[in-house]
Amino acid sequence: MQNALTSRPARPRSLQKRQEAIAGWLMAAPVIVLLTVFVIAPFFFAIYFSFTNQRLISPNPTEFVGLRNYQRMLNMRFFSLDPVSDATGNPVLNEEGNYSYPRLRTFTRDNPDYPQLDGLREYTSWQVGKKRLYLLVNDVVFIKALFNTIFFVLVVAPLQGGLALLLALLINQRLPGINIFRTIYFMPVVISMVVIAMLWRFIYDGNNGLLNSLLSFISIGRFEPQDWLGNPSLAMGALIAMSVWQAVGFHMIIWLAGLQTIPGVLYEAASTEGANGWQKFRHVTWPGLRNTAVFILIIITMQAFGLFIQVDVMTSGGPLDSTQSLVYQAYVRGFQKQDIAGGSAISVLLFLIVISISIFQAYVTRERRTR
Amino acid sequence: MKRLMALVVVFVSFGMVSAQTELSLWYHGAGNQVERDILVGIIDDFNASQSDWQVVLEEFPQQAYNESIVAAALSGTLPDIIDVDGPVMPNWAWSGYMQPLNLSEASLEGFLPGAIGMWDGEVYSVGLWDAAVAMFARRSVLEANNIRIPSLEEPWSFEEFDAALETLQATGEFDYALDLGMAWTGEWYPYAFSPLLQSFGGDLIDRSSYATAEGFLNGEEAVAFGNWWQSLFDRGLVPGTSQDGADRDTGFIDGKYALQWNGNWAALAALEAFGDELLFLPAPDFGNGSTIGAASWQFGVSANSEHADGANAFIEFALQDKYLAAFTEGIGLIPATASAAAMTENYSEGGPLEVFFELSEAQALIRPPTPGYVVMALVFEKALADIANGADVQDTLDAAVDEINADIENNSGYGF
Repeated sequence: MQNALTSRPARPRSLQKRQEAIAGWLMAAPVIVLLTVFVIAPFFFAIYFSFTNQRLISPNPTEFVGLRNYQRMLNMRFFSLDPVSDATGNPVLNEEGNYSYPRLRTFTRDNPDYPQLDGLREYTSWQVGKKRLYLLVNDVVFIKALFNTIFFVLVVAPLQGGLALLLALLINQRLPGINIFRTIYFMPVVISMVVIAMLWRFIYDGNNGLLNSLLSFISIGRFEPQDWLGNPSLAMGALIAMSVWQAVGFHMIIWLAGLQTIPGVLYEAASTEGANGWQKFRHVTWPGLRNTAVFILIIITMQAFGLFIQVDVMTSGGPLDSTQSLVYQAYVRGFQKQDIAGGSAISVLLFLIVISISIFQAYVTRERRTR
Repeated sequence: MKRLMALVVVFVSFGMVSAQTELSLWYHGAGNQVERDILVGIIDDFNASQSDWQVVLEEFPQQAYNESIVAAALSGTLPDIIDVDGPVMPNWAWSGYMQPLNLSEASLEGFLPGAIGMWDGEVYSVGLWDAAVAMFARRSVLEANNIRIPSLEEPWSFEEFDAALETLQATGEFDYALDLGMAWTGEWYPYAFSPLLQSFGGDLIDRSSYATAEGFLNGEEAVAFGNWWQSLFDRGLVPGTSQDGADRDTGFIDGKYALQWNGNWAALAALEAFGDELLFLPAPDFGNGSTIGAASWQFGVSANSEHADGANAFIEFALQDKYLAAFTEGIGLIPATASAAAMTENYSEGGPLEVFFELSEAQALIRPPTPGYVVMALVFEKALADIANGADVQDTLDAAVDEINADIENNSGYGF
């Protein structure tokens, strides 16, 4: 530095600073431009489109429709029905001895006495005394996609995080050949999700899939082959198992990085004081992993909300909407059904959900730091 | 996606002197060498036959083709001549991607109705071929079970067909009495199954106004169809929505299924396996006549082509019987005219696939020619899958009607 000052005429400091600033912006420019064009601009477009009737292709002009797209998705109300009764006013029982009720569609389709119910459909219903209480929604598929996605996140986040920690603890040992195990666990992460989803379709095949063959072999033929992806009560579980398996290696590596930042001295001290394995984990390892845990939780949550490829490749949202997800529905509506406005509205709602969860998680983290 | 397109796009030029004006042609069949050879042959002949125009071919894989056209339309770079799937054509015509054809009157004479794409009273596209669906069956299996072999004049009735399925299932020789092809998700569902709905008396939409599906897709007849459809799966007569794609392709030939609802494109493989034993039976009559789907890929002219006269000249040139016959011989499609059929081995009189030409001629009904068909097809597919999986028939069809009607409303009636 001193050399430069003496041998060359010194540039005015402000000029040099300005040049550095320009160079900095130039280097950042490619990323800024790409982010603006492919992330930031579409984000604002999506918000705008969700308040219009924008189509993918159409000769009709785009019109502003206010909150209509959101109302169609979120409109819901409760409705109760009295059982069908005979002339004397006693409820009629059907063959199984249950109350019978008039068909919902007589109320929800073109019934002038119930204009508020027009176009609504049953999402679920409960028996309350003699009455049947219905939760009616306008867009059953969207509501199912919403709850499926939330269910997926609630199961995958702890399961994947926990399993990854377990694997990390297992491979955080100095054993010969441990790198082989690290590679094996990490392998699914570097394979394309589309490829994995295709492979698991064969594994889950209902007739002669690998899983059925394996289970029937283990149980010496006592296991009844299951149609894993064709059964509404099994399909979501099948997707969850496969998704957890695919991404667990990635989070295992992050846990492993966290584990290796914990100084060995702490374990030595704990051993000296006579701590057993569980106590060491509870009082040394776990406190040392707190920041990693928060990070992993946030990452898994966000990834899980983006559930798409598995659904698209393996089930198309079926059977009976049991594997619909928000992102898949946004894609189906926006691109397949050419309803960009409807797809955008789902994306905006998904954004609001994810950002609220992130804010909540950030809040929880801050509390812990001050303690 | 764009880079992928650039990779697969194949530029074909023939080193002609550039006195000719270039016409671009986009085609959906990238990857099929036979198809490509025939098309390139037509283009070669056309370019050599006159000195005004030179057609240049670009090929796309079928999965990416429609998206490429939409993207090109949005950016104003459509080719002069485009290739379009029959039921999608009204959507593109309505969106302003295509212009009506301007062919000489004689050029469409004798064409199968399914090969001519009409929208708004004008011809927008025309196909060199059509496709048809039939019930594949084996003579010995039917005869062994005392099942009448139906004819075009006297197809199976509803009761006859249903009883036949029960009989075949009861033999215990087959996994399933009938294979509907549930593994083929996508356009197969509306193409192959909406004619069954029509035979029951229902439809995807009111074909007189194209304004509503109410009463057509959820009316009494449609519910009767839905109930029967569901019962096929409940009774275990057909494989369900999770059918393995490989079983669909080989199950009938391997003897897993007694009957198979399949298209003429699969006929040659089955013929090879069973020879004279194989029967191609007409669709059962569920009360409202037998119908099968129609319309395959066709050629049209893009709206912003500056050389529409040249594009029309090429299409007219391509409609010669010898080219129709070439496609038929090459990839087994149904030639669009009887005179072309006579030139082919399979579809000429007495040929093993002749029956498909007759089926196409007698029973073909195109899918609703409306821009809204694109959405209707997806809604119908989901409804059929849900009903097959046990959803309430009436509620599912009601929901499908609501979705179709909401889409029509969103698009201000699609120009009707």
